Amino acid sequence: MLDLFPNLHYLSFGEGGWGMNMLRGLVSTLQIALGAYALGLTIGLAGALGKIHGGPITKLLLEIYTTLIRAVPELVLILLLYYAGTAALNSLLEWMGQKPVDISGLVAGILVLGIVMGAYSTEVIRGAMRAIPRGQIEAAQAYGMSRITLLKRITIPAMIPFAIPGLSNLWLIVMKDTALLAVVGFTELAMTTRQAAGITRSYLMFYIAAGCLYLLLTLLSNMIFRRLEKRARRGQPELT
Amino acid sequence: MRWDWIPTYWPDFVDGLIITLQLLSMSIIIGMFFAIPIGLVQVTGPRWLGRIAQGFCTVVRGTPLLIQLWLLYYGLGSLFPSMPWIRESWMWPYLRDAFPYALLAFSISVAGYEGEVMRGAFKSVPKGELEAARSFGMSRFTILRRIWLPRAFQNVLPTLAGEFVLTLKATPLAATITVFDVYGVGTMVRQETYRIYEPLLFIAGIYIVLTGIIVLFFRWLENRVPRAV
Repeated sequence: MLDLFPNLHYLSFGEGGWGMNMLRGLVSTLQIALGAYALGLTIGLAGALGKIHGGPITKLLLEIYTTLIRAVPELVLILLLYYAGTAALNSLLEWMGQKPVDISGLVAGILVLGIVMGAYSTEVIRGAMRAIPRGQIEAAQAYGMSRITLLKRITIPAMIPFAIPGLSNLWLIVMKDTALLAVVGFTELAMTTRQAAGITRSYLMFYIAAGCLYLLLTLLSNMIFRRLEKRARRGQPELT
Repeated sequence: MRWDWIPTYWPDFVDGLIITLQLLSMSIIIGMFFAIPIGLVQVTGPRWLGRIAQGFCTVVRGTPLLIQLWLLYYGLGSLFPSMPWIRESWMWPYLRDAFPYALLAFSISVAGYEGEVMRGAFKSVPKGELEAARSFGMSRFTILRRIWLPRAFQNVLPTLAGEFVLTLKATPLAATITVFDVYGVGTMVRQETYRIYEPLLFIAGIYIVLTGIIVLFFRWLENRVPRAV
């Protein structure tokens, strides 16, 4: 191997090394991804219920939300939601007689990506709910379950096996989408990498290192989701 | 809201749109050219070749496109100037431009994602049809050309439509390495006019229209292809 990485010591964790910074970047990437995923799932569940049981206006609004979000590039959405979101919040605070605030990067990143993920997970969860055999719901209704109990005991548990493949895909997407936040200046893994590469001028090494970290996260997540799916599917016939 | 900047910047947006469409169409063509064999060797080829293809798909799908793009442009691009024979070759003017790096990154991305899609597509063609073709005495290549490939495409047309929309939505990333696509032009307008929302909304509208065109085109294509039974 030609001397491609003469500056390997830049990756070390000690003095003058960027190892610790890269790890911190990785942690904040994970934080944003987990937060956005949780928010996305919450929006998705509510959105799916709204799309299935809601009135015509709810349905129309949700349709506009999912269609628009899925047709506009994430990068544009992140900028739009970030600026519009901060402006809206500050004018709301002003109206309430409060001082304007500076939203932290972490919260803004979670909110923005969560709203984007909400549109995708709405579709995934709606599809999974539609796949539940009608008889199971009717049986629960015949037992006199309230709507909340029905949702908690039947709809959600029965939908999960159908939803897991789509939801695991979404997790991988949200993890990779956190890198987009680097473009608007949040300090996560991609941004840290960019700074480290720029300062040490060892571009190739740092981008490969970052790629390896993301890949590691992906492979680890794949393993976890495979376990989850196996557990959620226990007692069900194998898929062909 | 003020929109009076649109006439001034209209020619720039047309140029940006052309760049976006070039990047999208060329990376889809190059990417699909590689995606078909990548999918095929995982289903039928020798084990080691299949493993390599699978590894390629995992790495491409497991890392953010932004990192791949920066790796190629800043990483690989920083190596070339130190090699004198490249600086003197005919490739140098191209290697200094950002577009070829973006095209390479997007083609690799399309090859990785669609390679995975094509693997599923080839697998989904019923074995009996391939056996029937073989019993007609078709050569392996003829089977691929007449039966396997058309049937595989027929099965995944809807998936491919969604995938190409995702590729379109990824093209703005090229602006981060100084390619002046629609998004890049929008950013320039924002900096020059100090308008925050209007240029963003305008380019969002352009992408919505482009998405609509892709979706409609594939719907038209699906209607032309005889339906799978």
